[in-house]
Amino acid sequence: MNHTAAGSTLYGLMAEFEDPTALVEAARRTYDEGYRRFDSFSPFPIHEVFAAMHLEDRRVPWLVLGGGITGLLAGLGLQVWVSAYAYPLNIGGRPLLSWPMFVPVTFELTILFAALAAVFGMFILNGLPMPYHPVFNVPRFTAHASQDSFFLAIEAVDPKFDRQGTRAFLQGLGAKEVNDVEE
Amino acid sequence: MDSKLDAYALSRDDYNPPPLIEPGHTFGSVTEQIAAIVLTRRHPYSWVFGLFVGFMLSMMLLMAITWLLIKGTGIWGVNVPVGWGFAIINFVWWIGIGHAGTLISAILLLLKQDWRTSINRFAEAMTLFAVVCAGIFPLIHTGRPWLAAYWLLPYPNTMSIWPQFRSPLIWDIFAVSTYLTVSLLFWYVGLVPDLATLRDRAKSLHIRRLFGLLALGWRGSARHWERYEAAYLLLAGLSTPLVLSVHTVVSFDFAIGIIPGWHATIFPPYFVAGAIYAGFAMVLTLAIPLRVLYGLQDFLTMRHLENMGKVMLVTGLIVGYGYVMEAFFGFYSANRYEEYMILNRMTGPYWPFYWTLILCNILTPQFLWIKSVRTSPIKLFLIAMVVNVGMWLERFVIVITSLHRDFLPSSWGMYWPTRWDLMTFFGTIGLFVTLFFLFVRVLPMISIFEMRTVVPAAKVRGGKAH
Repeated sequence: MNHTAAGSTLYGLMAEFEDPTALVEAARRTYDEGYRRFDSFSPFPIHEVFAAMHLEDRRVPWLVLGGGITGLLAGLGLQVWVSAYAYPLNIGGRPLLSWPMFVPVTFELTILFAALAAVFGMFILNGLPMPYHPVFNVPRFTAHASQDSFFLAIEAVDPKFDRQGTRAFLQGLGAKEVNDVEE
Repeated sequence: MDSKLDAYALSRDDYNPPPLIEPGHTFGSVTEQIAAIVLTRRHPYSWVFGLFVGFMLSMMLLMAITWLLIKGTGIWGVNVPVGWGFAIINFVWWIGIGHAGTLISAILLLLKQDWRTSINRFAEAMTLFAVVCAGIFPLIHTGRPWLAAYWLLPYPNTMSIWPQFRSPLIWDIFAVSTYLTVSLLFWYVGLVPDLATLRDRAKSLHIRRLFGLLALGWRGSARHWERYEAAYLLLAGLSTPLVLSVHTVVSFDFAIGIIPGWHATIFPPYFVAGAIYAGFAMVLTLAIPLRVLYGLQDFLTMRHLENMGKVMLVTGLIVGYGYVMEAFFGFYSANRYEEYMILNRMTGPYWPFYWTLILCNILTPQFLWIKSVRTSPIKLFLIAMVVNVGMWLERFVIVITSLHRDFLPSSWGMYWPTRWDLMTFFGTIGLFVTLFFLFVRVLPMISIFEMRTVVPAAKVRGGKAH
């Protein structure tokens, strides 16, 4: 197992880059080099990075679709059950299953469930909330990642990871500096 | 013909809109300038003064509500034939104001209008606070809000009774509570990366912990950003039909009834346009003083103000069309009650309200055709204030003039608000001001991470996305 100078386990190596362009280039070359357990960090979303890392997670849209369908069925089901079975009101012989009058509430609940699925689905798939993560152990990261700098971290669990080799590789990408990330 | 098209294409290519952010900004300077308002800068005395006024008015609201709960709705001006008074007027006015926030955050996002970036955060906050103010009225107008639970919400109760799902008032409950929930989610999701920035910049341990808790451990990972953007875009796509549906449902409160002056098919689109109109007026009312007080002219540029002026002009014209159609269908209906209602609205005892409304909502915004008006913050602010008043008058006119002369002259009457009505109304303005001033103090009022994307350095050189 890899250990840092302080004696704790090594999570991986982190390189810092000057600007978005350098990060995109680094992400592309890291992926092409065969690394898969790595991540880029930026203070705002960069679409070119997603493309360079071949990120394509379609689960959020599917969750939203599922949420929407659930809301639709729940809304319609509730109103039909209440209005036609649980509490039928005969008002001048008007139909109990007056479905056009159920459209607004069905619509609102469809939107509500879909929106809840989008937000909670996104946070759960992202593994958040997660107050602690090894990357926060790098002082440069805590001071700049959420503000004005760009980082790329390769995890030690990646099969291609080799402490000296990976460090040299990251430095070769034009990193400003490369740091150990303690577990 | 061809040369004309070519000239058009050329002018399109040559068109270089003014920048969304003043030149010379970097990721660091944007972050520093917006985060400092929350973390380090002293707040102007006008902030303290504004909060004080808002807080006092909120206390007045509490007093008015307390007295209402003790005495009942008899303390208000409502009576036969005007059973709907200030409560519904103020509810519709507030909920309409909220609509601009969602329009800015959702519809302008889908249309790739990147000027929304500087205004979406506080416009969304405005939406939330306006919906909170709006929600107070339907709750308290029942007089016994603790009983309202089983009138409004479908839950199994010991009396085995259920709400009437064919009533637009129940649709309202679902529309408004969904709107509040989705707006809150949208706002919070947008805040998470900025909360992480504040966490990393905070000097004090307690503040760092507080923001850290709210930021959920956000670390700006590309894998997270990818899902984040998907979710954010989907939320925008969901909010767009939602915002249109909310004021449509609100207009159903009127349009489903058979009262002359309410029973009109023009109501849903005309209410939605009016809502956006009122909302943009309120965004300008808030944005123009804020940018001066906190020195945000670099981010809230003249271009933003001018664009908002244009949106107001367009929606104002749609609203004007709505008024014309209302009058036209009144006379064209060949129904004596409809004819009388519209005549009474224009020439009856409430005529000053109607004509002031036309002056505020149709005539005044015509000044926005002039570029020098659109690019003058003071003139824009004055027009926005006039529209705020005008949109309130619109709801007053729709509610009161349609009700006060019933079908039989024996049941005619007049409606005037009592002091408790007025205290409740101005109290909600105070609550809105209080919430907004606190928001400006504790959260970044401009989305920091989205502002970083409009900094020139954010463009990836030589690459194309996807």
